[in-house]
Amino acid sequence: MAESVLKLPNEAAAPKENRLGLKALDYQGGKSTLCAGCGHDAVSNQIVRAFYEMNVKPEKVAKFSGIGCSSKTPAYFLGRAHGFNSVHGRMPAVATGAMLANQSLISIGVSGDGDTASIGLGQFMHLVRRNIPMIYIIENNGVYGLTKGQFSATADEGSKLKTGVINDLPPMDLCALAVELGCGFVARGYAGDPRQMVNILKAAIAHDGLAVIDVISPCVTFNNHDGSTKGYAYSKEHDELLHQIGFVQSYEQIEIDYEPGTMREVTLHDGSRLLLKKLEEDYDPSNAVQALQRSHKAIEDGAMLTGLIYLRPEKKSFLTLLNMTDKPLWSLTEAETRPPKEALDQIMRELM
Amino acid sequence: MTATAVLDEPVSRAATTVNDCTIHVATVNGSGSQSSNTVLMRSIFQMGVPVSGKNMFPSNIAGLPTWFTIRANKDGWIARKKEVDIMICMNAATAREDVMALQPGAVCIYDAPLNCKGMRSDVTFFEVPFAKLAGELSQDSRLRKLLTNMIYVGIVAERLGIERDEIVTAITKQFKGKQKAIDPNVAAIDKGMAYALENLPAQHRWRIERMNATAGKIIIDGNAAAAIGAMFGGVTVVTWYPITPSSSLCESLIDYMKEHRIGPDGKATFAIVQAEDELAAMGMVLGAGWAGARSLTSTSGPGISLMAEFAGLGYFAELPGVIWDIQRVGPSTGLPTRTAQGDILEVHYLSHGDTQHIALIPCSVAECFDFAGEALDLAEMFQTPIFVLSDLDLGMNNHMSDPFVYPTKPYRRGKVLSAAQLEELGGKWGRYLDVDGDGIPYRTLPGTDHLMASYFTRGSGHDTHARYSEKPADYKATVDRLAKKFQTAKQFVPQPVIDRRPNAKIGFIAYGTTDVALEESRYQLRTEHGVETSYLRLRALPFTDDVKAFVEDHDRVYVVEQNRDGQMGDLLRLEVGDIQHKLRKILHYTGLPCDARSITDSLLQMEQDGTRVIKIGLGAEAVTQTIGED
Repeated sequence: MAESVLKLPNEAAAPKENRLGLKALDYQGGKSTLCAGCGHDAVSNQIVRAFYEMNVKPEKVAKFSGIGCSSKTPAYFLGRAHGFNSVHGRMPAVATGAMLANQSLISIGVSGDGDTASIGLGQFMHLVRRNIPMIYIIENNGVYGLTKGQFSATADEGSKLKTGVINDLPPMDLCALAVELGCGFVARGYAGDPRQMVNILKAAIAHDGLAVIDVISPCVTFNNHDGSTKGYAYSKEHDELLHQIGFVQSYEQIEIDYEPGTMREVTLHDGSRLLLKKLEEDYDPSNAVQALQRSHKAIEDGAMLTGLIYLRPEKKSFLTLLNMTDKPLWSLTEAETRPPKEALDQIMRELM
Repeated sequence: MTATAVLDEPVSRAATTVNDCTIHVATVNGSGSQSSNTVLMRSIFQMGVPVSGKNMFPSNIAGLPTWFTIRANKDGWIARKKEVDIMICMNAATAREDVMALQPGAVCIYDAPLNCKGMRSDVTFFEVPFAKLAGELSQDSRLRKLLTNMIYVGIVAERLGIERDEIVTAITKQFKGKQKAIDPNVAAIDKGMAYALENLPAQHRWRIERMNATAGKIIIDGNAAAAIGAMFGGVTVVTWYPITPSSSLCESLIDYMKEHRIGPDGKATFAIVQAEDELAAMGMVLGAGWAGARSLTSTSGPGISLMAEFAGLGYFAELPGVIWDIQRVGPSTGLPTRTAQGDILEVHYLSHGDTQHIALIPCSVAECFDFAGEALDLAEMFQTPIFVLSDLDLGMNNHMSDPFVYPTKPYRRGKVLSAAQLEELGGKWGRYLDVDGDGIPYRTLPGTDHLMASYFTRGSGHDTHARYSEKPADYKATVDRLAKKFQTAKQFVPQPVIDRRPNAKIGFIAYGTTDVALEESRYQLRTEHGVETSYLRLRALPFTDDVKAFVEDHDRVYVVEQNRDGQMGDLLRLEVGDIQHKLRKILHYTGLPCDARSITDSLLQMEQDGTRVIKIGLGAEAVTQTIGED
């Protein structure tokens, strides 16, 4: 099997401080209370790393989640950022409201497959439709962990619970759904592949708009046995890479030589570059039809498709469409938001 | 509202009654009668006569019966009145019912094919061939339909003495000065007036004569008033989901904000979002409040039900936001286009566990305006959802008012710590610490540039520093502090309006739109029966201490409200405890706004026979159901 990550030349050893003078420790959160070996903790670690390496000031970040094991995780990363653990399946509305109030926030949400694909499916779809600028991670393990192991709507057909119960309903592919609804950034990662994950996260941070990242994140307690299709062993075996992924920051002077036709390069909103090296097929992430075809085929093949599934960096975010003043709405004062007395007098005259 | 009562000499029923009549227009919805009815109402207003207009419409786009009631009253009593003096019958489906409901001596103008005149002998009928008259005005069938409505305005105006100039002024206003629309409508008025003069017998029973009681007043619906109030109150984030009867609040807000809240940079100082449902609307409001914006949503009963879970989060995690509930008739879909005060208990206790919400209850368009800003302040001061309980009658019907007063007080943004303040505190603070002893903690906003600014917001158990906690002591301390915060709110919510009459043994308690009917009822009781009453009008939950004092000071207190169970009455029984035996309930819940006569008749009966609860019925009988034991 191919490497998921592109080896870049001149890659410097990780510095002890980022460009803000902060250490990786400054991006840590509280101690995780999840089970040892939980995929979610691996994702949290890569979130810490990505925000550190992308030089994002943690105080500028707002973290959101719904309810479930995955939704606990914002307490375990970026402790210096405000966090909001909201209600089940309704994190998109809360995050949308917060972004309307303060569009300068850098927003990241963590949800699970229960939180997003079932109770929160409606809000998820409208979040995608609105294109609210935020990173939306679904830590997808096919089961409800916090209520002790019931199937979720992303469980694969024929997969088996620990109790022996077989799932006979088709899985919901949240990436394909996001593509269908016009999401500008859709990716799938795997908790067991941290290097691919951190590249995807960095690209998501660089993207202006909603970035949906479905992460296959095994539940070691309720869905990691024989017959499970979202466990570590099964995932490793069925990981199907769309491409090798590489990420180059806007300020990095890295030149890559490659044969013509073997590499796709996309410049992201902040000037950084995403490099996608061709594997067996030439996958074009700007082609929604190809994205859907590959997604459908993967389900038929029982494969776990990972990589950058769809990318449309130019799509306008909802906040842009609203034409809001540059100053965050929360900070506006009477001088800016209370029209003068003449305005009220005029309205009153019209009603006389 | 406190209408100034002007005692007139009693007028005999046979003589001419000046500036005191109700006009009822029965049409089919979708026929475009709204403009004509508004013109009729406005021209009476312009004649200087106090007037109200209420639309009783179906939850439907076209084809079902709809009624518009105009009440003109020189003394300012413009609540709904049950008795109809002048009926305009335009709807075949309801013509018989409409005629049979008339008082003896009423006037009925009807469309010729309905042939109403044979239905009763004690009503004066005016038959009008509307189709023929409209045909003389236009060849366009759609326009003919609209002009038909304006013809009846002309006929009524001529028979009542409403001046043509005032109608032309009202038409000009209605059609915003567009001559192309004004001309045919004025022609229709003239057609109606000429027909009345030439063909109809004289009518001397009711007259409208010029007086001077409306100078300087405005006419507006409560939803638009709330929108204007919110705009001047500094709302920045508005989220909503369409639902009758609340949609026009946010729709008005969109129009006003586009005109008055675009900054010098050409950009909006607001965001208005139509959400995918009420759950999302509420979530956005709380998310925006959390991030520091002054946010609001508006909805009605079914939306309130959907917002229940988020309301609990807002209460427990302490998130600001304003929710307007324009109440309609429930349960379930109920009567979506009719009015009620049926959400009192639901809103007060909305969500599971021990929740209690602050609610403001406006009774007039002026209070809709004032409370809109007030609610935004209270939400930020108390870091909790603030509900405003309006209703369909207030929200969607036209009401007269003095012009609104420009707010000059600065916004109250509540206890928000800035980065500089955190620095002064050495970064030592706790999100849910009761530093000031009033139950209200301090908060920081996301994005605050300080190492110690962040905290974790959650609807699960937490301690004073917002850390996850399931400890019994932490939980109890949190909900006890929330209860204390609720007590603190008593000093800050709008206080009740109390009219205490010397020696009155009887007290009334009411709220919201019941007020206008109740004041008229008190006038009837005083002038017709010599019964003096005191009156306390509630304007908010929680109750203030003077509510119990008011009950203590009277022998019997009648709580009048527009729901079946007497919801506020029940809250009051809890509030006054050992003297709850003094409370009585008068309940009106037909979907129509409460009227004065029904209250008067109920009170007189209850005083006479000791009945404790009256559920007001329909028709001539004010009281059809009495319950001895509550």
